[in-house]
Amino acid sequence: MSQNKPQSDAIQNAKVTWEGCSVLLDINDGDRLVFSRLSAGSTLKIGNKNCSLQPLIGCPFGSLFQVENGKKGPYLSRIIPSTEDNNVQDKEDFQIKEESRDNRAIIDNNQAQNLTGEDIDEMRRQGATGNEIVEALIANSTTFEKKTQFSQEKYRRRKQKKYAPKVLLRRPFARSISEAYFKKYPVRIGFLRVDTLSLLLSMANIAPNSDVLVVDMIGGLLTGAVAERLGGTGFICNTYLGDTPYPMDIVRIFNFSNEICQRILRCSLNDLHSAQNGTCDQKQQLEGGCMLESQSNEQISLSATAEEVQLSSEDGLGLASDNDLSAVSKTCKAPKAGDKASKETIQLWKENGFSSLIIAAPEVDVWSFVKDLLPLLSYSAPFAIYHQYLQPLATCMHNLQVEKMAIGLQISEPWLREYQVLPSRTHPCMQMSATGGYILSGTRIYTG
Amino acid sequence: MLITDPTKKLSFNRCISDGDLVIVYERHDIMKAVKVCENSVLQNRFGVFKHSDWIGKPFGSKVFSDKGGFVYLLAPTPELWTLVLSHRTQILYIADISFVIMYLEIVPGCLVLESGTGSGSLTTSLARAVAPTGHVYTFDFHEQRAASAREDFERTGISSLVTVGVRDIQGEGFPDDFVGMADSVFLDLPQPWLAIPSAGRMLKQDGILCSFSPCIEQVQRSCETLRSNFTDIRTFEVLLRTYEVREWKTDCSKVDEGGSVGFPPCKRRQPSNERSVQDNPSSLQVMARPSAESRGHTGYLTFARLKCLS
Repeated sequence: MSQNKPQSDAIQNAKVTWEGCSVLLDINDGDRLVFSRLSAGSTLKIGNKNCSLQPLIGCPFGSLFQVENGKKGPYLSRIIPSTEDNNVQDKEDFQIKEESRDNRAIIDNNQAQNLTGEDIDEMRRQGATGNEIVEALIANSTTFEKKTQFSQEKYRRRKQKKYAPKVLLRRPFARSISEAYFKKYPVRIGFLRVDTLSLLLSMANIAPNSDVLVVDMIGGLLTGAVAERLGGTGFICNTYLGDTPYPMDIVRIFNFSNEICQRILRCSLNDLHSAQNGTCDQKQQLEGGCMLESQSNEQISLSATAEEVQLSSEDGLGLASDNDLSAVSKTCKAPKAGDKASKETIQLWKENGFSSLIIAAPEVDVWSFVKDLLPLLSYSAPFAIYHQYLQPLATCMHNLQVEKMAIGLQISEPWLREYQVLPSRTHPCMQMSATGGYILSGTRIYTG
Repeated sequence: MLITDPTKKLSFNRCISDGDLVIVYERHDIMKAVKVCENSVLQNRFGVFKHSDWIGKPFGSKVFSDKGGFVYLLAPTPELWTLVLSHRTQILYIADISFVIMYLEIVPGCLVLESGTGSGSLTTSLARAVAPTGHVYTFDFHEQRAASAREDFERTGISSLVTVGVRDIQGEGFPDDFVGMADSVFLDLPQPWLAIPSAGRMLKQDGILCSFSPCIEQVQRSCETLRSNFTDIRTFEVLLRTYEVREWKTDCSKVDEGGSVGFPPCKRRQPSNERSVQDNPSSLQVMARPSAESRGHTGYLTFARLKCLS
């Protein structure tokens, strides 16, 4: 592998993209969020155009790009924003004047715009930039001058999005990944909101060097978020009922180094318990081996077929679906996480107990899980259990109280509200998420 | 509190020893931090507890007083510490703290700047997030408060991860030693807009700043200042609602005064017997409702990312 990757220990904090790195592309201020893997062949579909992502390689995270029309078709061109000191000053001067305009003179008859679609196509043929088209649209709008300054800004923004789309290059962190999934595919992550995720990590005291027992039935988001906090120390034991581990594809979106991936291990609940008697089941070992093998097969077949890394589809959502993600994994050669835990490691966990427990299992009866998992936790170790419904947690909390297995039990529901902050126009955002789910937290006690 | 010494790591075999910091848990809302000292005692409404009785017991143990009263001894965590620390200032609580750490994208190895230090509630969680290789530099203009914070960080065992400086960040800005070094900056100041230009100079490219302010006027002014050098400016309010859980008789309109704990253990709920519970009119049911009182406001959290210019 002769990729120009930075030193693996630097990946966690790298500020510049590299070939094969996973990125989050924010198109038009959050209108669309696309996860992608940067390579010479990867492209991004914006509107009806395909743009190569090649220009993004080697750019700092946070760089802004605009779609420009080139001879060989549209391409992404980096824009360096100016520090807007002067600009802002002008605006503020303007805003100090009382707004005298209102919408009494605006008539909705669809005749305000003098430019036709053909006119715009013609401009494009002549090589006009997106910004020039936006300016032309404004100049040819009969109502623009009558609008309030606020709606002028809105108009300009709307046209900009259509004719001069912008792409912001973001580094995927637990924050951005969880926000993007919550926005586009909340079902896949069990409606776990970013503030709820952050609380889970705190309440379970996720700290470097800890051994964290995780039940992650939300696609790997929880596992990834915990691994990000461990930073290549400690261990994650991703456990599951039955023989098939739960998928954790989302882990691959984090740019984890090998060191971090090696800390993410899998172990079935059966193995965790049978290890208590010191007899690790031979059969299960075999199954684990098969599982790994089938995964590598899948990867090989993908590398044979998938030519380009393209996550976004016509629907414009573009968040990696399971298939897309697998396609990504081929070019990226992202280090693989989720090896089967060795007998020795399991034995160590059994002897010492885990230092934290986190559960996000929307489809399993919480109590039946907790009563099996809690005994694996060290005394005085905290746990945090997520559920999108209140009742299973209430039942679980009651049972824990009755059985005197834990103290400090509390069910919390986070509430998150975003604000629009603008001069004289500050208010809560008109739309908000009404629920981010519930958390049951507590501390295991010594009952011996 | 943090595992810097592997022998101190929480495990089935980790017992309380002389010199350990323990959280004495009476109730979920009555806790106290105590340094274990062989000859010392703890006296509270349950009686007298001898520390010597605690030594050699596992963390999480129930211990008894001379009168038979009991408390639990817990290993400290940043969350528990926030509940027991001495309030020298208004402090940040778990909802804001968690959100700040997540939104500032703090991971092990980060360099974080904070001002003011206050009572060190957030600082403790910041230290956990940057450990084992990162560092938190926190500043307060109040010399005595900074000294108390330093003592606290010694006590909780995080002093190798935190440096407390005495400095008026609003007036002087952050020290020049940190120019372009910080992954994130956290401000909890009365006039954050005065410190924002300096904070911007300290940040690495694409670094994130957070400002916590109780009043919307402060937010308004901070955002105006942020717009020149920062992007992705977002303001949030985050709160927690807690729930009370009780067991009710479904055929009875009145709640039993004993609450849930007074009842004999109900039959374990199987996934399939949910329906049968409803069919049986006299069965017990666990129900939850929001606690009557809750915190209505803490502060607004404004986040912004340094514009990427190079």
